[in-house]
Amino acid sequence: MFSLEGITTAVQDWLFIKFNPTLALAIECVIVILLAITLFAGLGLVLVLMERKVAARIQIRLGPNRVGPGGMFQTVADTLKLIMKEGLTPDSADKFLFNLAPFIVMMVAMLLLAPIAFAKNFQIWDINIGVLYISAISSLSVIGILMAGWASNNKYSLLGAMRSGAQIVSYELSAGLAVLTIVVLTGSLQISEIIAAQQNGWWIFKGHIPAVIAFVIFIIAVTAETNRAPFDLAEAESELTAGFHTEYSGMKFALFFLAEYINIFIVCAIGATLFLGGWMPLHIGSWEAFNHIMDYIPSSVWFMGKTFFLIFVIMWFRWTFPRLRIDQLLNLEWKYLLPISLLNLLLVAVIAILGWHF
Amino acid sequence: MGAISLIALLVAAIAFSAGGILIGKILVKGSTNPQKGQPYECGIPTNTSPWHQFNVGYYLFALLFLIFDVELVFLYPWAVVVKKVGIIALIEIIIFIFILFMGFLYAHKKGALKWS
Repeated sequence: MFSLEGITTAVQDWLFIKFNPTLALAIECVIVILLAITLFAGLGLVLVLMERKVAARIQIRLGPNRVGPGGMFQTVADTLKLIMKEGLTPDSADKFLFNLAPFIVMMVAMLLLAPIAFAKNFQIWDINIGVLYISAISSLSVIGILMAGWASNNKYSLLGAMRSGAQIVSYELSAGLAVLTIVVLTGSLQISEIIAAQQNGWWIFKGHIPAVIAFVIFIIAVTAETNRAPFDLAEAESELTAGFHTEYSGMKFALFFLAEYINIFIVCAIGATLFLGGWMPLHIGSWEAFNHIMDYIPSSVWFMGKTFFLIFVIMWFRWTFPRLRIDQLLNLEWKYLLPISLLNLLLVAVIAILGWHF
Repeated sequence: MGAISLIALLVAAIAFSAGGILIGKILVKGSTNPQKGQPYECGIPTNTSPWHQFNVGYYLFALLFLIFDVELVFLYPWAVVVKKVGIIALIEIIIFIFILFMGFLYAHKKGALKWS
């Protein structure tokens, strides 16, 4: 049966037998670089197509269907078009920061890949403070956005960047508190231990009501953090043309666009890992036969399935809810989500101490 | 892999971005035109630079965020050990969050959360 589980250890063993340790490590680095770039390019192509197809289905249209079978190669054609476009820099812009911003956004998206467990034993770095690492790195992305908006020397860009900054830092709090509920239940920050704790049931089922509340808050907060509709104030097309990347064109625009979709994938992967058990198959109590059948589905399929389900949910939001105003957005976070998630954290601490969870 | 994987990922990000931009630069033969360098503003020539004062509301929310983010940093080590320490840790964090919440209510009363 095809599975990613054994591959990493097999490759590592083979490399360390064949070469001396330094060279083996260097080769591993090259493999990681190639895999990460391939994953980025592949995910970008798949997610943009998925977004357009989902949008089309919700609006009862067909969506892209001309390039390739069923429109499969539409995003490849779009990428080629974007490569052929000229990358302009406005004369009045801060040229250094303007060109640096897409790099920063891409670096943040790439660094977030490190602690994500794509399958059993398939993780770039199982860092022991994984959850803290994720929240630390993901809060850096606001720097790239502010930099892009400020350096463009354009009113739309600056407004978009300011809104985006206020929005991302606000919603980071409730996302962090929602993640902490799972840390309280598990008692560890390490991703592999959090997944291992969900062997006999995912946290969303085992953690009673607080875990469900935390999951809902997490989904709302990450939708806002990735600047997705209904929280897409930073790039509200109808008011700010394109928000912080108004002045970007060609490949630099493509990098922003790609980073946005990669960020959606990453936050959904984190949500799937923390609440839905990562690569763990669905196990139900003492149903031996059922559990056994579920074990036959490879762990990478479980992980990707859960992640893409959450991505679909976030895309669904976009075509269901109208856009909020900035004061409504900040009210929602500061007056509702933040107090609720603080109380929820205390509640989950009580449940964890008394051992009421399964 | 250890911390070296982060360097590998950084190299991957820079290679990916720089590669894309370079390929674009090589393939494209751009034309020069003074209007191309102007900022985009729906066709009207721009007056005044956007690098000005901005709404103070953003600043207030940034300050509030700072307080709560530091609180979040304190909560991380607590969350890891709360199950082992037990009820004492819970009481301590309730006092901590209560003090913080009073500050939050004060900010709310002062109108820091109002968007004008």
